[in-house]
Amino acid sequence: MLKKLGFQRIPLIAFVVLVMLSVGSAYADDIATQSTIGIDTVWVLFASALVFFMQAGFGMLEAGFIRIKNTSNILTKNYLDYCVATIGFFMFGYAFMFGHGNNFIGYSGWFTIGAQSPAPVPLFAFLLFQTAFCGAAASIVAGGIAERTKFSAYVIISFVISVSVYPIVGHWVWGGGWLAKMGFADFAGSTVVHTVGGIAALIGTIILKPRTGKYNRDGSINVIPGHSVPLACLGVFILWFGWFGFNAGSTLSAGDGSLIGRIALNTNLSAAVGGMTAMILTWAMTKKPDLSMIMNGSLAGLVAVTAPCAYIEPWAAIAIGLIGGIIVVFGVSLLDRIRVDDPVGAVPVHALNGIWGTLAIGIFGQKSLGLANDGLFYGGGFRQLGIQALGSITTIVFVLVVMGLVFKLIDMTMGLRVTQAEELKGLDIEQHGMKTYTGFVIE
Amino acid sequence: MKKIEAIIRPESLTGVKNALDELGYPGMTVTEVKGHGRQGGLEQIWRGRKYKVEFLAKLKLEIVVIDEDLPKILNAIVREARTESIGDGKIFVYDVLDAIRIRTGDYGDNAI
Repeated sequence: MLKKLGFQRIPLIAFVVLVMLSVGSAYADDIATQSTIGIDTVWVLFASALVFFMQAGFGMLEAGFIRIKNTSNILTKNYLDYCVATIGFFMFGYAFMFGHGNNFIGYSGWFTIGAQSPAPVPLFAFLLFQTAFCGAAASIVAGGIAERTKFSAYVIISFVISVSVYPIVGHWVWGGGWLAKMGFADFAGSTVVHTVGGIAALIGTIILKPRTGKYNRDGSINVIPGHSVPLACLGVFILWFGWFGFNAGSTLSAGDGSLIGRIALNTNLSAAVGGMTAMILTWAMTKKPDLSMIMNGSLAGLVAVTAPCAYIEPWAAIAIGLIGGIIVVFGVSLLDRIRVDDPVGAVPVHALNGIWGTLAIGIFGQKSLGLANDGLFYGGGFRQLGIQALGSITTIVFVLVVMGLVFKLIDMTMGLRVTQAEELKGLDIEQHGMKTYTGFVIE
Repeated sequence: MKKIEAIIRPESLTGVKNALDELGYPGMTVTEVKGHGRQGGLEQIWRGRKYKVEFLAKLKLEIVVIDEDLPKILNAIVREARTESIGDGKIFVYDVLDAIRIRTGDYGDNAI
């Protein structure tokens, strides 16, 4: 048997040797380069699909965390976010973010005509990956302002974030803008995606005011529990799954595999530790491990590790997830107390942990892993931390001002919030003429 | 004739129903109700904050029986619905003036 196989291989081996002898080494290099680009493109497209699937995660999480009567409404908003992001980013967003321009904004490559990919993969693969990111930034907002925002108003909010606010901050950090030039680092978007989305949700929910029935006249807080823990849990696991593409895909290249491996592991560690931290804290504080908070803890870990994932060792990912879990538990309760009604926890998860993750680079980041300066823990002093803080604060101020104006303008013109009668009856039936679970008798 | 109104745990329904079947009372009206007695509400937690669900799901059974069957029916309901934990429910008994079976026009004890 062996002998027979060996004989069969002889012509093949001879052919390979002949090919190697007869073609020039330049041609072989060419093939090697092309296959590298091919592998990188497959990696980026695979990661794009993972990040796209995070829309399902956001949808299920937000649906599970709110009441039945507004479920179809929030799912429609999520759905719309991705469609608007796709079209808006193709037409204008990409040009603002990655087009040639100045330190503040890009302005070439409208409708991708004449646009170029800054990555080692072809333009359209890069564009698809960036489109999925843009969709994620917009979807974060829907959760914070859930259960009371007019759908027509949301269409405009979604469009503004997708084609201007997100791409402009993206240009500063990833498009060669002023923050990039300063050495500001945000590997996969704790600032660009999560701080932007979370702060937009914060200013939105402040301007909208709390949901009817959230606070009593005497100032005491009512709990408005979500309607489906299984949907929310599925959503968190889908997000966690998609995050492997979000973070590891941001390499835009498979490389030799070592970087994407470390990033994926760091991502996973931070998520797990964030969830465990929230579990221990709620167990200690309320005597019960509270899944609704555990899930937010994992998301906090994921958001926080997004910026530093490439520049840190796994031990740092554990520390980052731990602090992320603490931030989310106290953040949720703080927002409740200062009367900011954020139904799904978009602000503690995305804004607070987006900021934490951005700062964490300046603490745990390493020059040997590709950062401009060593972080605080590696003897680099406060230099990188200062740059990180500056980038984070500027982004917060920018989003607060621009989105604050947008929310206020909408509120003064077309109206931002549904009427109280509509809110009490539910946005599903009032805004969309449908019920989420038709024909079922459920509370 | 007496009307029995029994508030019981939803979990007790099958046992009570089977017991009444055996005693010759196959008919009853069941309503899903919410409320609480000494059991009080239920404490729940959502995102780290405790809150109280004041009213719990119970079932209300309504059965009309002839006077001499009353003790054995009451005994059967108590036997089947009792778990000895707080929240087993309560039974109320009322006098009934008359009863009419709409299909036949029978009235009084014959309509039961």
